[in-house]
Amino acid sequence: MKTVVTETPENQTRDKVEEPLLQQVPEINRLFRFQWEASSNNHVLLYPEGMVQLNESAGAILTHVDGTKTIAEIISQLKQQFPEADASLDQDVIDFFTEAHHELHWIEFA
Amino acid sequence: MNCIGSNLPEGIGQPLWLLAELTYRCPLQCPYCSNPLNYDQQKDELTTEQWIEVFRQSRALGAAQLGFSGGEPLLRDDLEELIKAAREMGYYTNLITSGMGLTFERMQAFKEAGLDHIQVSFQASDAEMNDYLSGNKRSFKEKLEVARTVKQLGYPMVFNCVIHRENIDQIDKIIELSIELESDYVELATSQYYGWALKNRDHLLPSKAQLVEAESITNRYREQIKGKIRTKLIFVVPDYYEERPKGCMNGWGNLFLTITPDGTALPCHSARELPIEFPNVVDETIETIWYRSNGFNHFRGYEWMTEPCRSCDEKEKDFGGCRCQAFLLTGDANNADPVCAKSPHHHLITDARDNANTAQPAKEPMIYRNRKNSQKLIAVG
Repeated sequence: MKTVVTETPENQTRDKVEEPLLQQVPEINRLFRFQWEASSNNHVLLYPEGMVQLNESAGAILTHVDGTKTIAEIISQLKQQFPEADASLDQDVIDFFTEAHHELHWIEFA
Repeated sequence: MNCIGSNLPEGIGQPLWLLAELTYRCPLQCPYCSNPLNYDQQKDELTTEQWIEVFRQSRALGAAQLGFSGGEPLLRDDLEELIKAAREMGYYTNLITSGMGLTFERMQAFKEAGLDHIQVSFQASDAEMNDYLSGNKRSFKEKLEVARTVKQLGYPMVFNCVIHRENIDQIDKIIELSIELESDYVELATSQYYGWALKNRDHLLPSKAQLVEAESITNRYREQIKGKIRTKLIFVVPDYYEERPKGCMNGWGNLFLTITPDGTALPCHSARELPIEFPNVVDETIETIWYRSNGFNHFRGYEWMTEPCRSCDEKEKDFGGCRCQAFLLTGDANNADPVCAKSPHHHLITDARDNANTAQPAKEPMIYRNRKNSQKLIAVG
C-alpha cells in the first residue's frame, strides 16, 4: 500500500444545500491523523502506511473539525477567518464534507 | 518545496517514508522473506540511541511515516522506547509484525507509547497451511489471538497476506478470515521475486489461471461487502504478468528510506543485493546520505539509463522499472526491468510465466529462510 497521494476532493455541484448535513458534527475518522507538516508546509492526513497531502482549503476546513462543532458552525468560522472568500464558500465546504464522508471516509459524523 | 535548507540539491523528493528494519532476527522462516540471503552474516544492530537519532534526523528532512519492521521487530526489547520517541517527534508509527510472541500487556504498552497502527502478517487462512509456510508450528493460533487483541485495543489493523501459488487458491478463505477479524485494510500482495522469493520462484509464482480466478474472487467480495463493511481489500498482482514495469518505489531515492539493522541506508529494502556501496548512518548524517551519497544518487534522473529506456516516452512514469529486478535477472542494474515487453530480456519473464502454467513448475524443494540455509547459500555464492 505504501502510498502518498496528493488529493483534492473534486467539487461536486449540488442542487440545493441540505439542511440536515449542516447540523452534522464531523470528526476525523480514527483511521486518520490530521497534522501540520512544517518541512513541506502543508497539512496531511496520515493513515496506516500512507498519507494524503492536503491542499490549503482542505487543510483550513479540517483545522476546524474537533468533534464538537457542526458544519454550519465551521462555515461561519471560516467566513470570519477568510472575509474575502466569495459566496461559493458554503457550497464548497458542504461539497468537501460530502465527499470526505461518503467517498474518502476521512470524516465520520458524531 | 523540496528544498529545505539553502544548500540542498533541488528536484529531489523528501524521504517521507522511513522503514526501520530493527533486526533480522525472526521466529518465522517464510520462503519469500525480503531480508538478504546472507542475513545470518549481518548480526550488528543499531543501539536505541542510534535509532532515535536516525528518527530525529529523518523527521527533520520530512519523514512522516515510520515503519518498524525486521525480521521481527518485537524481538527488540527497546521497541516501546523507540515508538514513544518516534511518536513524540510527530511520526505516524506503524508496527509491521508477524505477531509471534506479542502479548496483551505489550500491545497495551505500545498503545501508551503512542503506536498508531499494527500490521499483522498471515501466511494463509488455516493452521496447517500457515504453519507449513511460516515454518513454525504455533504461528496461526498466536496470530489469531494477536489480531483480535489489536482490534480490542482500538488500533487500526492491516491484515497482510503474501499471496502465491501455494495459497492463492484459498484466497476466499483468506478474505473471509480478514473480514471476520474486522481488518481495516487487507493487503493481498503477491510475492515479489527478490532474494529468498527469487530462489523459490517456481514454488511461488501463480499460474495465469490462478491469478484470474483470485482477482475475480476478490472483486466478488468487494461487491458483497460494499456499503456494509468498511474493510478495504487491496489485491496486488505480480509484475510478472504485466507488460510494463512498476514505477518502483516511486522512483529511486525519491520517497523511501530504509535503514537496515546495522545502519546501512537503502533506497528500498532489496537494494542490498545490488553491486553498489550504500552509506551507513553510523558514519554519515541522513541529510548527506539522502542528498549527496553515491548510493542514493546512483539511479536518480535518467542519465544512467540504457536503451530501450533512455529514449522511451514512458520513462518518467516507470523509471525503467525495478533496479533490483533488472540486476538479478539480467546481471546489469542499468538495464530495463525485464518485465517490460520492450526489454530484450523480456523472455526471462515470459519463460517464468510459461513454467508457472505447467503442472509441476518447481524441480527443487522449497528453501526456507533460516540460518542453515543462509549459511549454505553464502557458501555456494
